[in-house]
Amino acid sequence: MLHFQKWKLILVFGIVVAGFLFALPNLFPAATMARLPTWLPHKQINLGLDLQGGAHLLYQLDEKEMVEDWLNNIRGDVRETLRRARIGYSDLTQDVAKRSVSVKIRDAADMDKAETELSKLAVPIGGDVFGGFSGKDLEVARQPDGRIALTVTDAGLANRMTSAIQASIETIRRRVDAFGTTEPSIQREGRNRVLVQVPGIQDVERLKTLIGETGKLEFKLVDPAVDAIQAAATKQVPPGDELVYSTDTPSIPYVLKEQVLVSGQNLVDAQPGFDSRTGEPVVTFRFDAAGAKRFGKVTQENVGLPFAIVLDNKVISAPVIREPILGGTGQISGNFTVQRANDLAVLLRSGALPAKLTVIEERTVGASLGADSIESGKKAALMGLALVVIFMFAAYGLFGMFANIALIVNIALIFAVLSLMGATLTLPGIAGIVLTIGIAVDANVLINERIREEIRTGKSPYAAVDAGYSRALITIIDSNVTTLIAVLVLFWLGSGPVRGFAVTLTVGILASMFTAVTVTRLMVAYWLRWARPQLIPI
Amino acid sequence: MFRGFHFIPPDTKIDFVGWRTITWIVSALLTVVPLILVATIGLNMGIDFQGGTLIEIKTKESPANLADIRSKVSGLGVGEVQIQEFGAPDAVLIRIASQPTEQEQQASVAKVKQALGAEVEYRRVEIVGPTISGELIASGTIAVVVALLGILIYVWFRFEWQFAVAAIASLIHDVTGTIGLYSLFQLEFNVSSIAAILTIIGYSLNDKVVIFDRIRENLRKYKRMPLVQLLDLSINETLARAVLTHVTTFLAMLPFLFFGGETIFGFALAMCWGIVIGAYSSIFVASPLQLILGVRREAFGGVPAPAKGRGAAAARA
Repeated sequence: MLHFQKWKLILVFGIVVAGFLFALPNLFPAATMARLPTWLPHKQINLGLDLQGGAHLLYQLDEKEMVEDWLNNIRGDVRETLRRARIGYSDLTQDVAKRSVSVKIRDAADMDKAETELSKLAVPIGGDVFGGFSGKDLEVARQPDGRIALTVTDAGLANRMTSAIQASIETIRRRVDAFGTTEPSIQREGRNRVLVQVPGIQDVERLKTLIGETGKLEFKLVDPAVDAIQAAATKQVPPGDELVYSTDTPSIPYVLKEQVLVSGQNLVDAQPGFDSRTGEPVVTFRFDAAGAKRFGKVTQENVGLPFAIVLDNKVISAPVIREPILGGTGQISGNFTVQRANDLAVLLRSGALPAKLTVIEERTVGASLGADSIESGKKAALMGLALVVIFMFAAYGLFGMFANIALIVNIALIFAVLSLMGATLTLPGIAGIVLTIGIAVDANVLINERIREEIRTGKSPYAAVDAGYSRALITIIDSNVTTLIAVLVLFWLGSGPVRGFAVTLTVGILASMFTAVTVTRLMVAYWLRWARPQLIPI
Repeated sequence: MFRGFHFIPPDTKIDFVGWRTITWIVSALLTVVPLILVATIGLNMGIDFQGGTLIEIKTKESPANLADIRSKVSGLGVGEVQIQEFGAPDAVLIRIASQPTEQEQQASVAKVKQALGAEVEYRRVEIVGPTISGELIASGTIAVVVALLGILIYVWFRFEWQFAVAAIASLIHDVTGTIGLYSLFQLEFNVSSIAAILTIIGYSLNDKVVIFDRIRENLRKYKRMPLVQLLDLSINETLARAVLTHVTTFLAMLPFLFFGGETIFGFALAMCWGIVIGAYSSIFVASPLQLILGVRREAFGGVPAPAKGRGAAAARA
């Protein structure tokens, strides 16, 4: 056990030096690092949200709303399809709980034709990861009572959910980017969730407002024939109309035509600005070609009438069309503050979310608490380390110092690997490093106790050390692997800080096995060769 | 040259397994009393498992005027609100009970923030909705069970089933003992408590495996030594290592208890306690359990214990 081949020696030495080099950046503030030559490692460990402050927001997509929207669209498609095929129908209804739309076909003779036509609405879903065919998104089936039902399949729902989540992630990213914070992380969690982590953000409320809005923009005509106040009192509007309230407090009712003239999908740009006459904050926008054409046509036909700008089913403003707007640009005003105009522009630029997102878990940490945590974590860790170093020297003398040097190498290696992995250090993670100190020391304790035992059996110094290492090795591996099992479970099931803790502990255990088995062994072997002791001082 | 203090003399012969009548009672108490504690005074469930909101603030004036804060937030109609000092005189922790839906929960927090005004600094806001808290309970429980199963399989594979069963039994003893600590001191039981329990499981098992390793080695070495003696020998031989390792780990963890800050106090206390209870259960639960489970000595090339001999050992117990 005490003989080292040259290449092994170089390898161990190389790892240790690399460990220190890659751990080094963590000792200096970023400003100092920037001045160092570029060939030196620069990567530092990321600090977790609990240490640098920031927001952790877990959103859940409203599945019911998504299904409702989808069923609404299907209903529209069914109406359109049957009308085009000249098939008479009645009682077109939807059932959210069953995820289905059903329609009664007037003439039984049309049933076959209707079924064929409606079946075209079902779209095949792309294959799954194994390339298998996973069916269509809708199941079209004839009901016993002369109806045809179109039901959303499980695979269809899953598929739609995936694309909705992906679209949400992109939209959220565009909105979060408006804050200009460094390295926000936005990722899917489970089936219908998105985790948003924004380090260092100050105004969490504003972030939440910006992400929480669906951002569905619609331009609709106001129905001039109906008295909105009266309609609001009776809650009754003519067919094809709807009652919508404004964003003001108290809110003002409007009766709008249901038909959407132009929607936010046709927007290509939105910017905050100021009205040239009144100087109040506004949002200016620009439509794409199709949107501009439609908007131009509508405004041409309705000069003198009011139209409404509706965001998430609330009227922002309802200006009167003074002249046809043909250039495809316009502005939205609505008693905005400068910040609101700014946020609204971000909202419109980023596009609408596919469905409403609800915060189901929120954890935010202020920057000052984070700094305090780092401070106390550092203090406690250094004190712990000092106590261990003193105790190890007291217990084993010179061999204790070997173990202490290995311990320092061990800590350097942990920091190096964590920096290279781009891992995140959390407060429990710091405690994890400290626990690793205990585990790293344990390996050396096992070895040293074995050496003591072997000396008592009357072995020569060299033989005793050799036997000590080889015997202790089995125990070290067994005991560390079992610990790793518990830690891997922690990684697998944990999230956030707990996961950070598990990563730190795993890296720590592996590093401690390396240092105990090779680094101290190397030191002891060379010391034996150099000092040629008659007695081992242990 | 300084050889280090030999804290445990090499010829130490403590009759650990011989004390088993007493230690069985102690171990049984350490397992049962926590269950009684949890059943009677219960666990101080944190918002992770119960849902709810936690707001840590720092006030301009020090010490914080708790009565004033209480009067501001009571009567907001957000259900039960707890207010307490947190670590420093100007730090205050406000807990708001879980609301039926996520939207109401967000609304309740907004109300409290409005009532507190712009004067306070928000150090931490944690809101756990009803959906998540249920899932966290489930995943926490699964984590502990899966870890125990994984360990059972590994130890079974590396040793014999008796060792695996002894390890799991003593780990369950450690887990209940730790949960008892949380209940007794009414420490907040949350996701990081599960992390603490899993870490204690890992650490404590590490210790058991070291003794098991020695028992296995001695079973091969002393083929005819009575099991009680062999267990005692193995524990005594590894005693110095156990004491040194536990003392160092404890020393490393100790500063976190006093200087680690309020957020990590519960975690650090659980870890310190876990080191102690883990060390205890290695010697007084995991090892003597071998007597009851009856290690198959043939598996280690030994002579099977005669039925009479085992009966005699049991009679002495």
